[in-house]
Amino acid sequence: MSAQPEPALLHSEEEEALRAAVRDLLTDHCDPAGVLTRTETAAPHDVSLWKALADSMGLAGLLIPEELGGQGATHREAAVVVEELGRAVAPVPYLTSAVVATEALLACGADELLGELASARTVAVLAVGLHVAPGGAVPGVRLENGALHGELTGIADASVADVLLVPGDDGDLYAVRAADATVTPHVSLDLTRPLARVTLDGAPGRCLGAAEPAVRRALRAGAGLLASEQLGLADWLLTETVRYLKERKQFNRQVGGFQALKHRLARLWLEVAGLRAAARSAADALASGADTDVAVAVAQAYAARVAVHAAEEALQLHGGIGMTWEHPVHLYLKRAKADSIAYGAAGAHRAALADLVDLRAP
Amino acid sequence: MTDAAELRRRTRELLAAHPPATTERLDFLRARFDAGLAWVHYPQGLGGLGAPRALQAVVDAELAAESAPDNDPRRIGIGLGMAAPTILQYGTEEQKRRLLRPLWTGEEVWCQLFSEPGAGSDLAALGTRAVRSGDDWVVNGQKVWTSSAHLARWAILIARTDPDVPKHRGITYFVCDMTDPGVEVRPLRQITGEAEFNEVFLTDVRIPDSRRLGEVGDGWRVAQTTLNNERVAIGGTPIPREGGMIGKIAATWRERPELRTHDLHQRLLGLWVEAEVARLTGVRLRQQLAAGQPGPEGAGMKLNFARLNQEISGLEVELLGEEGLLYDDWTMRRPELVDFTGRDAGYRYLRSKGNSIEGGTSEVLLNIVAERVLGLPAEPRTDKDVAWKDLAR
Repeated sequence: MSAQPEPALLHSEEEEALRAAVRDLLTDHCDPAGVLTRTETAAPHDVSLWKALADSMGLAGLLIPEELGGQGATHREAAVVVEELGRAVAPVPYLTSAVVATEALLACGADELLGELASARTVAVLAVGLHVAPGGAVPGVRLENGALHGELTGIADASVADVLLVPGDDGDLYAVRAADATVTPHVSLDLTRPLARVTLDGAPGRCLGAAEPAVRRALRAGAGLLASEQLGLADWLLTETVRYLKERKQFNRQVGGFQALKHRLARLWLEVAGLRAAARSAADALASGADTDVAVAVAQAYAARVAVHAAEEALQLHGGIGMTWEHPVHLYLKRAKADSIAYGAAGAHRAALADLVDLRAP
Repeated sequence: MTDAAELRRRTRELLAAHPPATTERLDFLRARFDAGLAWVHYPQGLGGLGAPRALQAVVDAELAAESAPDNDPRRIGIGLGMAAPTILQYGTEEQKRRLLRPLWTGEEVWCQLFSEPGAGSDLAALGTRAVRSGDDWVVNGQKVWTSSAHLARWAILIARTDPDVPKHRGITYFVCDMTDPGVEVRPLRQITGEAEFNEVFLTDVRIPDSRRLGEVGDGWRVAQTTLNNERVAIGGTPIPREGGMIGKIAATWRERPELRTHDLHQRLLGLWVEAEVARLTGVRLRQQLAAGQPGPEGAGMKLNFARLNQEISGLEVELLGEEGLLYDDWTMRRPELVDFTGRDAGYRYLRSKGNSIEGGTSEVLLNIVAERVLGLPAEPRTDKDVAWKDLAR
């Protein structure tokens, strides 16, 4: 194969400073017990945390150009934020609004809405099922006399959205005010990124432009940065499990001293080290535009197995306490499992790679 | 201070005085050593100029531009990578002057007499005995997995000089002349059919005390210098996408559509992704090293390498179907250089089985990751305060 440009896989000092700032905020305002309690209320999203992140820290506009009120940063910085939010299973619409919907709006040149997103006055979500892979089939709703009719399911974070970006059956993307739609929460596997059904019954929509390229670009960015979220999940799970196994004693020994468990954790560490490189490569490729399709597909073909494995190992190695509702490991397991389907399962990304790197199916 | 400009000037002087086109290879290499341009970070008079190690690249680039001969470093890796740094750190002035120049030029090949049939992962339990006799040491024992022993003039050797103290404390480090009486080298045939390695039998071999490296009983510490340099030597160069084992099977897949099945396709794509992620992990590690922040990923790179080589070559044999039932050649051969990705898929499959054993087994490496990276408790030690002679064997 031809030589690939070498991606920059380290974090700059500025990126590390951003990480430290986000982590400080989450340490103070997003502890696991609080997240768990919130999931059992009618409002599982943490709106005040979102305001702190999006408004006070200005992170909602990372990917939005400065002239529209954003930060003019890149996917490398956004990936740092996504990773830290994953580490805390934070219930905020960052990936869905500040990454996926933002990318769709950037593709359409929807400057006015982008300004609203950058200033954190508006949360937008793309009304495409969370399971859809970049390039996958996207159902559009019926356009009739300038109004939209239909039902869309599996829309992540729709219950906190102010604006829904809805593909129409004419091939265009429409901005619909959430107030003009009916949003009904599903009972979701992932308690911290709940899905909803969106019903449109003659809702007015503002045409933004062609849906296909905007949706493709949005889902590719979502898939690429999802790997950083999965890294955050896996890193927390590994760190927490190692910490617990040093503390937990059975048979008059630290449980973490048993070789059967040491080897499992060492293998998991190796997988997480791989995910760190793959996730960074995807973020860097989204920022640079070089080799992006391959880098994103590699990251997504790899990440899900690692994040789910980390969660399953964490649960097993915690023993009985890991099976309880009280312990936060299930929040991570549910997020990791849902993430393994989000923006396309590993198999969809492997299939994409088969074409991209010329390893064709029989 | 020797800077890049100064090195460039000296290299051009060397090239002018000894034009590669008209100079014998060995004469050129000796002249290069004497000019201090062999390994610039070594001291003056020993092939270097006491310059920063990173500046070697300046010299190498100048020499490559003039097509100057090199010392064929792959052929003398043990000398360059393991013996030389140990001699430099622990050798006497006389030892350094006698040994380093022909080591570097390749006139004298080196091998390593460390592993024994009874001391593999637990190298410090080694039982080859060295007993003092006048100005000499008399050595008896058996070493194994010794590459280049049949070509070597010298060996670095560790042997037990005191069986009455715990195992790490009774070892001494020597330089052994492979041409001495009592040194017998036998090829060790592997499952591939060929013999890359040797067994070395040592029977009443007399080594003068002047060929000892370091203090008596301090051989384990001296050996750490050797082994740490072995680890530095691994994994330095960037690998392109589809470099290594995955490139072989990918090429076969593209060229032979009649072999494809859906099952093989899914498994191939899975391994392709893993190989690419392992490559990216190596890229990240190198970027960390370049930025002066060595990361712990290095400890895991060999684990990835071994597992992927084994799985990919295994899949390749299966992909070949009827051809996978054949083998290229079982003839006992003595390869000069080993290429894990060389020959046919069957050879690659069998050779890669050694990748999780040689240079630290995967099981020991997992312990190292668990203890040094994750900080988990060390294995219980039952041999720490026991004299070597009382250990279970």
